[in-house]
Amino acid sequence: MTQTADTVVIGGGVVGSAIAYGLAKRGARVTILDEGDDAIRASRVNFGLVWLHGKGDGMPAYGFWTRRSTELWPRFADELKAETGIDTHYVKSGGLSYCLGETEYARETETLQRMREQAERDPYETRMVDRGDLMRMMPGVTFGAEVLGASYGPHDGHVSPLNLLHALHTALMRLGVDYRPGSSVLEVTPAATAGGGFEVRTANETFSTPKVVLAAGHGIMPLMRPLGFEVEILAERGQIMVTERMAPMGLLPANGVRQTAEGTLLIGTTNEDAGYDVSTTPQAGASMVRRAIRVIPALAHVRVVRTWAGLRTLTKDESPIYEESARYPGAFLATCHSGVTLAAVHATDLADAIYNGKLGADIEPFHSQRFLDTKHGR
Amino acid sequence: MNVTCDFLVIGAGPAGMAAAATAARLGLSTVLVDEQATLGWQIYRQVEGRGDNPPGVSHLDWVRGAALAAEFRASGAAYQSGTQVWQLDKDRKVYVTDGTKAACIVARRVFIATGAMERPVPLPGWTLPGVMTVGAAQIRYKTSQWVPQDGAWLAGSGPLVWLYAAQVLEAGGRIAGILDTAPPANTARALRHTMGALRNWATVQRGRALQQRVRAAGVAVYKHVSALEAKGDGQLSSVRYCINGQWHEKPASLLLLHQGVVPHAHATLSLDAAHRWDERQRCFAPVVDAWGNLSVDGYAAAGDCAGIVGAEASALQGRLAALEGARALGVIDATQRDAQAAPVRAALLRHLPIRPFLDALFAPRASLFEPADDVLVCRCESVTARQIRDAVALGCVGPNQMKAYTRCGMGPCQGRMCGLAATEIIARTRNVSPSEIGLFHVRPPLKPLSLSEFAALAEG
Amino acid sequence: MAAERITVYVDGAAVTVSANDSAASAALQAGIGYTRLSPITGEKRAPYCMMGMCFECLMVIDGVPSRQACMVTVRPGMRIERQTGARVLS
Repeated sequence: MTQTADTVVIGGGVVGSAIAYGLAKRGARVTILDEGDDAIRASRVNFGLVWLHGKGDGMPAYGFWTRRSTELWPRFADELKAETGIDTHYVKSGGLSYCLGETEYARETETLQRMREQAERDPYETRMVDRGDLMRMMPGVTFGAEVLGASYGPHDGHVSPLNLLHALHTALMRLGVDYRPGSSVLEVTPAATAGGGFEVRTANETFSTPKVVLAAGHGIMPLMRPLGFEVEILAERGQIMVTERMAPMGLLPANGVRQTAEGTLLIGTTNEDAGYDVSTTPQAGASMVRRAIRVIPALAHVRVVRTWAGLRTLTKDESPIYEESARYPGAFLATCHSGVTLAAVHATDLADAIYNGKLGADIEPFHSQRFLDTKHGR
Repeated sequence: MNVTCDFLVIGAGPAGMAAAATAARLGLSTVLVDEQATLGWQIYRQVEGRGDNPPGVSHLDWVRGAALAAEFRASGAAYQSGTQVWQLDKDRKVYVTDGTKAACIVARRVFIATGAMERPVPLPGWTLPGVMTVGAAQIRYKTSQWVPQDGAWLAGSGPLVWLYAAQVLEAGGRIAGILDTAPPANTARALRHTMGALRNWATVQRGRALQQRVRAAGVAVYKHVSALEAKGDGQLSSVRYCINGQWHEKPASLLLLHQGVVPHAHATLSLDAAHRWDERQRCFAPVVDAWGNLSVDGYAAAGDCAGIVGAEASALQGRLAALEGARALGVIDATQRDAQAAPVRAALLRHLPIRPFLDALFAPRASLFEPADDVLVCRCESVTARQIRDAVALGCVGPNQMKAYTRCGMGPCQGRMCGLAATEIIARTRNVSPSEIGLFHVRPPLKPLSLSEFAALAEG
Repeated sequence: MAAERITVYVDGAAVTVSANDSAASAALQAGIGYTRLSPITGEKRAPYCMMGMCFECLMVIDGVPSRQACMVTVRPGMRIERQTGARVLS
């Protein structure tokens, strides 16, 4: 039996859920088709940084888009909490990227400088802080001798990615969104006549919809070609470890180590500044751990409770891809590797654009056309 | 430093000791790692430390355990006690720690013999100090002959309840009463397996003798207990139980719970080896072939961690796995393996027929798997049954998304205590079999280790 | 053939236990009731399984926090202390 929806969102992770949430708030009748309990779920390997720092090197539009999301996050978090009672633990704390030794400090200084100069105005407002600054910012923490300083991003913050997904799904349920787990999509077929909408087929059901949003990470690969999309999505393995709960340490979040609201410490790698190995072997884990101990030596006595690795969706230039199919208007694609950072802007600006059927000037730069343009030496 | 060996055994219970001894005898360089300080795991705990069996522990069992330990000691297999395995890789790199630094053992074959654990069954008040498992109390008995003097309440279903009660009485301790939760229908179900029971009649008689001894000592036995609660403010003060719809309350200072044992499959689960739902034993167990081979190449598992069979059958299964290991490594051929396995298999056949009878007789009451909404299921992260049910209502079809929403299973025990119970709750809420639900993914480290231990791991 | 008796210190108080005992068993014999406070709810918890499964017996042993007391064999003079709530980094 064929069912209908205003919009079918394929993918119920952080990206799909944030878009669906925005669409539903604007009044759309949304169906989400999601995988089952074993979905890859990049949000499960997310470090929980809402991070502007280092985003958009070579593509300032991504810097501005991320900055916009960091501006929207406080209200977004409040809204979710008011609607669901679930605290995402979002804190706009500012964030750090530690520099061990002079080489790292010099390289980071240079990177900040370069990125600032790429854009006509500076979306980042990052600055270098030295060891003395760090000690003043975090008086309870004793740093390793090699810590010379850090880059500091005032717009950065952190959040619980698991609570975010929980809150989004709770909100979706309250908004009456039709959420279908265990509904892997086999095929999306455009209607024979242009503007006739789409048929979305799962193993058991078919959905007829004027609009479809592909937001399923790697899962969109087999679905996109018949809809006229030609984008390349890479997989990046990431490894994270989490420790036992500790009393609050007064740490600012950093890529490499942050303390969650529950008290556990996350140790690992983030998506940018790939200073760490991100393969899944214990040896790679050990090198992550060694670096964390070099930053804060007392961490040596804390116990690791769980390590896990997962796949992140990555584009060639690490910036998101958003586009509407030129051949089949009404089919949208959204993929990025910073679904948590961008959740606020996905739930608002991107959802608005999809709802209105027009991806505007702020979103246009994220079309995959950019890769072809580069190839042609623009 | 990486250690390389032919045959690595994880766990020094009957299966592990027998497998290691057999493998070493066949000429394989064999290493046995075990997290305890002494050989024997739970069943043969302290078997090397004492000349004779403690009161209430069968002399025959004790001799068997001591003989296994002696055989292992004489076999030439290396023994690393106090060694925790924290990660298993598909390429048979096994990561261990001695509590100070992590190391890697590269093995050509890995045999997992991590034994059984008591089935955790959440009930109101089960986290109160003063509430423990029967097995926990028995461990105190086996290590230092401690028995309760103030009267312990035993509650649940399983042979261990009666065995432990008899041991306490024999050692001069006191049992306040036994709250038997086995449903009445168990007897009829068990009788369908009478043929198997007849073939192990001595075991049945031993069990009956234990029950008679406990009753003869005047211990009050309350049958058909349909629900239980531990009460107290920061410490157990009473136990409430329901019989025929009537609640009763008795003062209690020690309540010991038991609902049978299930495979401790944490290691095999962490490998992502294939597992199956065993409806008869209501648990998940790794899928193994007749030699204990897992679905992951080069790995085997046997003994209770691959499905509850008891100590003697575990040792025999361990020997079979070692023979197969020797064949796979080219030390013996298939014909030699089969010839040496024949008497082991014959002995195994003598031990297994009674299992269906015992499983049916002591099967846990179904209502135990539906704890009330406010019962804590995950002890580490304090997650209630209601939170799990709410996650299902939100669209979580299995335990892994539920875990992400509730933190159930994210604490230090890594879901050992809540995993099976959570799966049962999700299954009942969704009205499907636990086999469709599956278990939590088990992530390394299998037990927490400090960052400094981790950091000590050699590069490369 | 009983094992020898040794003295350990549970939350500072001397207790004589069997040399075979675990630190968790020593804590129970000392009669301290609970061995840790849940880092989440502050509830009192005590050893539950005694075989390394439940992690309720996490204690500070000879100054090292979060050890499974049931898996640690006592040694003469061992200091066994309750762990109260979330650990403080030191």
